[in-house]
Amino acid sequence: MEAVTEPKKGNEILFFALRNTKLRVGLAIILFFVVLAIIGPHLAKYKPNEFAGAQTHPPSLQYWFGTTSFGNDVFSQFAYGLGAAFEVGILGGGLGTLIGLLVGFLAGYRGGLIDEFLNMLTNIVLVIPALMVLLIIAVYLRARGVLIESIFIGCFNWPWTARAVRAQTFSLRTREFVDLARMSARKPLQIIATEIAPNMMSYLLLVFILQFGGAILTAATLDFIGLGPTNVTSLGLMMNNAVIYGALILGLWWWFIPPGIAITAIVGALYVTNVGLDEAFNPKLREM
Amino acid sequence: MRRYFERKLLIYLLTFFLAVSIDWLIPRFMPGNPVQGMIARANLQAEAAKMIYNYYMQAFGLNTPIWRQYLNFWIAIFHGDFGTSIWLFPEPVIKIIKDAVPFDILLLLPAILGSWYAGNHFGAFAARSKWLDNTILPIGYILTATPYMWLGILLAWALGIVVHVFPFSGAYSLTMLPSFSWSFIWSLAVHWVLPFMSLFLVMFGGWAIGMRNMIIYELEADYSHYLEALGAPRRLVRRYAFDNAVLPQITGLALQLGVIVAGALVTEIVFAYPGIGYLILQAIQNEDYFLLQGCFLFIIIGVLLANFAIDVAYVLVDPRTRMGMQGEG
Repeated sequence: MEAVTEPKKGNEILFFALRNTKLRVGLAIILFFVVLAIIGPHLAKYKPNEFAGAQTHPPSLQYWFGTTSFGNDVFSQFAYGLGAAFEVGILGGGLGTLIGLLVGFLAGYRGGLIDEFLNMLTNIVLVIPALMVLLIIAVYLRARGVLIESIFIGCFNWPWTARAVRAQTFSLRTREFVDLARMSARKPLQIIATEIAPNMMSYLLLVFILQFGGAILTAATLDFIGLGPTNVTSLGLMMNNAVIYGALILGLWWWFIPPGIAITAIVGALYVTNVGLDEAFNPKLREM
Repeated sequence: MRRYFERKLLIYLLTFFLAVSIDWLIPRFMPGNPVQGMIARANLQAEAAKMIYNYYMQAFGLNTPIWRQYLNFWIAIFHGDFGTSIWLFPEPVIKIIKDAVPFDILLLLPAILGSWYAGNHFGAFAARSKWLDNTILPIGYILTATPYMWLGILLAWALGIVVHVFPFSGAYSLTMLPSFSWSFIWSLAVHWVLPFMSLFLVMFGGWAIGMRNMIIYELEADYSHYLEALGAPRRLVRRYAFDNAVLPQITGLALQLGVIVAGALVTEIVFAYPGIGYLILQAIQNEDYFLLQGCFLFIIIGVLLANFAIDVAYVLVDPRTRMGMQGEG
């Protein structure tokens, strides 16, 4: 019985997903930038911080995105920066989702004192502006890498996820199938993994997408203040350098426009994909 | 309702306690001894340096036991004493912050409230109208995905440099001294436009999208269908839907405060707008951890006050919390 109905439901979602313009546009943009992040560094003729020959050169066949006032090739900085952005998105967003899930599941499923405590913790971390804490940590660590940055971003971006997952778990745990699992003496962790989580799969995917976008934006903000990774180029750092070294006044628009466009396009596409997926999963939202 | 406020207040007190403790750690665990750094810059002879070192350790209260320093910190906070800045020595930190706060209020309050109001109304208006949904909402997505600093850079470049419409640096013309004259107020106003615009636009996109997605749920709810079936005019149905959809948006404002603080910080950096955000950058660059400490504490207090104001607003708008029928986490 199950074997017959399961794939049918999957097909239905896939059908609506492929028909959804928002989803198609969003995924296409993300895919484009992923491909660019992978092949870009191979296409680039120079290393990000290598002296490319001409200073403040506008975009041309030789320098696709022009050069900075130090004579660095903007395209190669851009291509390497894209990779760093996706890295932070996956690692930071992934970690944020994971912590949020653990806290949310535990608080929602266990209830009682554990819930009280975790809820309190969530609310406290929620109120303290994450960036302020990240800033202090970044000042403290003299040498920073993408990995460290992602871990810290993940550690402070989880509260809203925990809140949302907790609310969902709360409503699921009183369902009959969960009661049944509990009566058959299964362990709480098993019940969460096999009974509760699968029922929220679509929701969890949406949460991860939002975390992914949020991590990229947070990282760009940190990099812009000059507290990002110290060993690699990033999109935020490009904007930081452009502002500090007078790209605005000198009119070097090719220096600060590409990194901003990339972040906006990726994060915007993630949001649009999110809404598209929501519409595909939720029959009520499908446009007739 | 009392329980609701008691819980909230407890969380805020705990947060405050935790934040102050983190704050106290800042100058103590940062790399390098700030006093040593300051003396090194002064280039003194060894003996004079030692004397001055002792003097400053005393002046900053760094030569007492750790627990005593922690206690003193709490006492000092309640006396409004945030220590002395190293960057602008011997200016007290509290005075530097006091000079910066009016600019933050001037910039942030209109931007946050204005974008929230405009975004919600616009989002509700655009929902379920095919034409608006397909043309203007994509713009909303683009706006909310834009990093604050990038929009700031773009506006400064386009309207400040390519077309000389607005100045893009500072809060008022450098040739002026703050005074109550028309020319000064005018200068203040034109310098305010660009940072305000970049904050407003990014936030506006987020609220519009949020409201649009929220109100679609409400319009599909049973009560909306029932009203429609009764033949209620479209406007009335929408008003009820809006009243319900605005509640999560109020909670959303509280959730967004952290992001807004970050956005304000980088916007002030782009426009060299002399608010707390700009001070933080200076504090980091000059390794002035006492100033950083003061700014951090001030932001925490501001965020806590804003959270509390939002809680009160929530109770005023949602009658259910007033009746004690439901309590928000």
